[in-house]
Amino acid sequence: MSERIKVRVKFSKHGALKFIGHLDIMRYFQKAFRRSGIDIAYTEGFSPHPVMSFAAPLGVGLESDGEYLDVELNAPADMAEIKEKLNEQMAEGMEVLSAVVLPEKSKSAMASVAAAGYYIAFRNEFAPPCGWQEAIEKFLEKDRIMVKKQTKKSMMEIDLRPAIYDFRLSSYREKDCLYLMVNASSAGNVKPGMVVEALFQEMEIPFDPAWSAVTREDTYLNRGTEEKPLFVPMDESDKGLQ
Amino acid sequence: MDSLALDDEILLKIEKPARYIGKEINSVVKRSESVDIRMAMCFPDVYEIGMSHLGIQILYDMFNSWEDTWCERVYSPWPDLDRIMREEEIPLFGLESQEPVKYLDFLGITLQYEMCYTNILQVLDLSGIPLLAKDRGESDPIVMGGGPCSYNPEPIADFFDFFYIGEGEIRYREILDIYKENKKTGGGRVDFLRKICSLQGIYVPRFYDVTYCEDGRIVSMAPNIPEAPERITKNIVTDFDGVPYPLKPVVPFIKCTQDRVVLEIQRGCIRGCRFCQAGQLYRPVREKNVDRLKAYATEMLKNTGYDEITLSSLSSSDYSELQELVDFLIEDCGEKKVNISLPSLRIDSFSLDVMSKVQDVKKSSLTFAPEAGSQRLRNVINKGLTEEDILRGAGLAFEGGWTRVKLYFMLGLPTETKEDIQGIGDLANKIAMVFFDTVPKEKRREPVQIVASTSFFIPKPFTPFQWAPMCSAEEFLDKAHETKQGIMSQLNQKRIKYNWHEADVSVLEGVFARGDRRVAQVILKAYEKGCMFDAWSEYYDNALWMEAFEECGVSIDFYNTRTREKDEIFPWDILDCGVSREHLWREWEKAQREIISPNCRMECSGCGAAKYGCGVCVEEKRTSE
Repeated sequence: MSERIKVRVKFSKHGALKFIGHLDIMRYFQKAFRRSGIDIAYTEGFSPHPVMSFAAPLGVGLESDGEYLDVELNAPADMAEIKEKLNEQMAEGMEVLSAVVLPEKSKSAMASVAAAGYYIAFRNEFAPPCGWQEAIEKFLEKDRIMVKKQTKKSMMEIDLRPAIYDFRLSSYREKDCLYLMVNASSAGNVKPGMVVEALFQEMEIPFDPAWSAVTREDTYLNRGTEEKPLFVPMDESDKGLQ
Repeated sequence: MDSLALDDEILLKIEKPARYIGKEINSVVKRSESVDIRMAMCFPDVYEIGMSHLGIQILYDMFNSWEDTWCERVYSPWPDLDRIMREEEIPLFGLESQEPVKYLDFLGITLQYEMCYTNILQVLDLSGIPLLAKDRGESDPIVMGGGPCSYNPEPIADFFDFFYIGEGEIRYREILDIYKENKKTGGGRVDFLRKICSLQGIYVPRFYDVTYCEDGRIVSMAPNIPEAPERITKNIVTDFDGVPYPLKPVVPFIKCTQDRVVLEIQRGCIRGCRFCQAGQLYRPVREKNVDRLKAYATEMLKNTGYDEITLSSLSSSDYSELQELVDFLIEDCGEKKVNISLPSLRIDSFSLDVMSKVQDVKKSSLTFAPEAGSQRLRNVINKGLTEEDILRGAGLAFEGGWTRVKLYFMLGLPTETKEDIQGIGDLANKIAMVFFDTVPKEKRREPVQIVASTSFFIPKPFTPFQWAPMCSAEEFLDKAHETKQGIMSQLNQKRIKYNWHEADVSVLEGVFARGDRRVAQVILKAYEKGCMFDAWSEYYDNALWMEAFEECGVSIDFYNTRTREKDEIFPWDILDCGVSREHLWREWEKAQREIISPNCRMECSGCGAAKYGCGVCVEEKRTSE
């Protein structure tokens, strides 16, 4: 047991695979690990399943350059080889970007997520810049940005403002877009679409989520404090510790 | 990146967009310029059902192993997408290429159950292919059908260019070669059909004329061109170990009904239950070599990454090397953390021992399929399962810790009486008694629960019961009511739960099962009225179907409740499934005299399938040890 190591895998998800939901991605990776022959650890019992934890669920329709999952291996292994073996098993549109060893006592991927960055591109007629800079500035000046959120049980009102860490014009793959960084922790997760919708409302433009194409840029840990956050990508936190 | 047939706006609007994007692990993408023949294999139901079907995986693998052929998959778009495709005139596409089915050479549709018939029309319609074969032109794909329901293809004959009767592994290479040759020499679709109609197992409906007498029965079915044979004999795999098996099956992204490695251990069945069509169609039973199966299991788990494996066959307990195979799987799969899910086995000490090793006894239930409530009726249907077997099996199971038992029965079997129906409740009650007698009070972890389910008996072609009248919906419901009463009157009725099905769908299934060409107009009419996904109770609309029958002037009773004479010509008599009509009639007579027939391993009953010279028919008869 002491030989077990924790590994964090970073992957991207593009193209048609954006239509595969989170639970199916989990099942997909379980199968990919089996096919790869990588010796991962399983739970005990009648239906053993891999000890696997995903960082922040990605909504259906979103692409990503920064998804993370943690697995436990039964024995130490070369991370470059792990990455290569997994990439041999990926479907078109998915790529494993890195694999790093985590310190023994580190929190699971899901428990350590703090924030996520998103590129939000629009169909041509809505593409920035067209007064967006100004609109975003005005939007961020507000003390509270109240929106309705549908939970499993009821409709509730939440304030988006404290969950927005960064919001500006940017570009992705040589195309103008918005960049948005929001809270992605399991307790305070904000979907990028909610922020965009609120912004559109502020600008008094009707909004249809199908007008935008959202790519998650990366998922972040907070290495600072709650008051003074210091966000770092989830696979960088332990650099130098390996 | 290749583009998808549906744009993001649509895919984000519909349920489970992953049904329509392809790209699954082990799916095959070829360059269209590099192949001569492009085809799509279709299961006319939703993706999750269709992807669970072994037959298409076998054919997909075989076709794509040929360099000149690219085979794709296509399934019925769910009603949410169906509506959008009609509104926006988006043609149905193959999952692999995302290109319209209409441009392919062949569209193969598997016919696994009768209630998918309107979905055949949905698939054709969305593809932009004329629904009637006679209306298709040179640019339309050749539409072919296969699978169990093609053993009575007549109710859907008008929609198909040809049917492939029998097992798919055999004749397709020849068909495709003829197709290529015909194309090269400038032949059209009718030329092609003329050239293949004389091959074994190929039925081209347009080359046969049917005449009827005044009361509606068939007078004759005869070829109208010299090339078409009088009778079409099924294709069968005689070297069962020699045919290819899909060792790299397509692994879906989304959870499907069959979400595991499927290992086909044998084809066919030795039992000869008289209601069972599969038991006749796949004769003689053929087994796969156990060492081959072990190698397949290992290879398939490695190629798919599945964490579960199951065995596929009729009556798996009859596979002669079952013990060795299961022991291997338990050891090998345990090591790999792979679960084993066993198909229903005959309950005895061996199967209970195996089950206790592979599943959580506390969570699982045991299944018995007595099919009939009394020994008398079980003799009629030749179900070789006695009350003693059931009670002994249940006793062993209760000792082993199981507390839940499922029982399956059929209502409306030929010769059924009130006593037979009462027998269902009696049997369930006796099983409960066995629990109380076997498990002492202090060891009763939880109360025993017995679930009895009934389905309605539908006579099927090529079974001894093909002559039998079927009950009407009212009779069925009366019987279900009687069964319920019978259970309520039991001492342990609180421990017994009873489920039954709607009767309307069974009536329709009966018409399709034994219908003739005149039924096609009803299917077409019902489809035009909006019937689709009839196998899904939330979409089944009986009133629309009844309207369709009425408007077409087609009588349900003619097909279902009528008693057929010994010599009546049946619509499926043009086909030869290997089992002779004489044998079936003998069995029908024995059924009425409540006489059972031995299984194929005990004694040959001369059904006719021995002419294929394979499987159990050529096995050395086992002498008792």
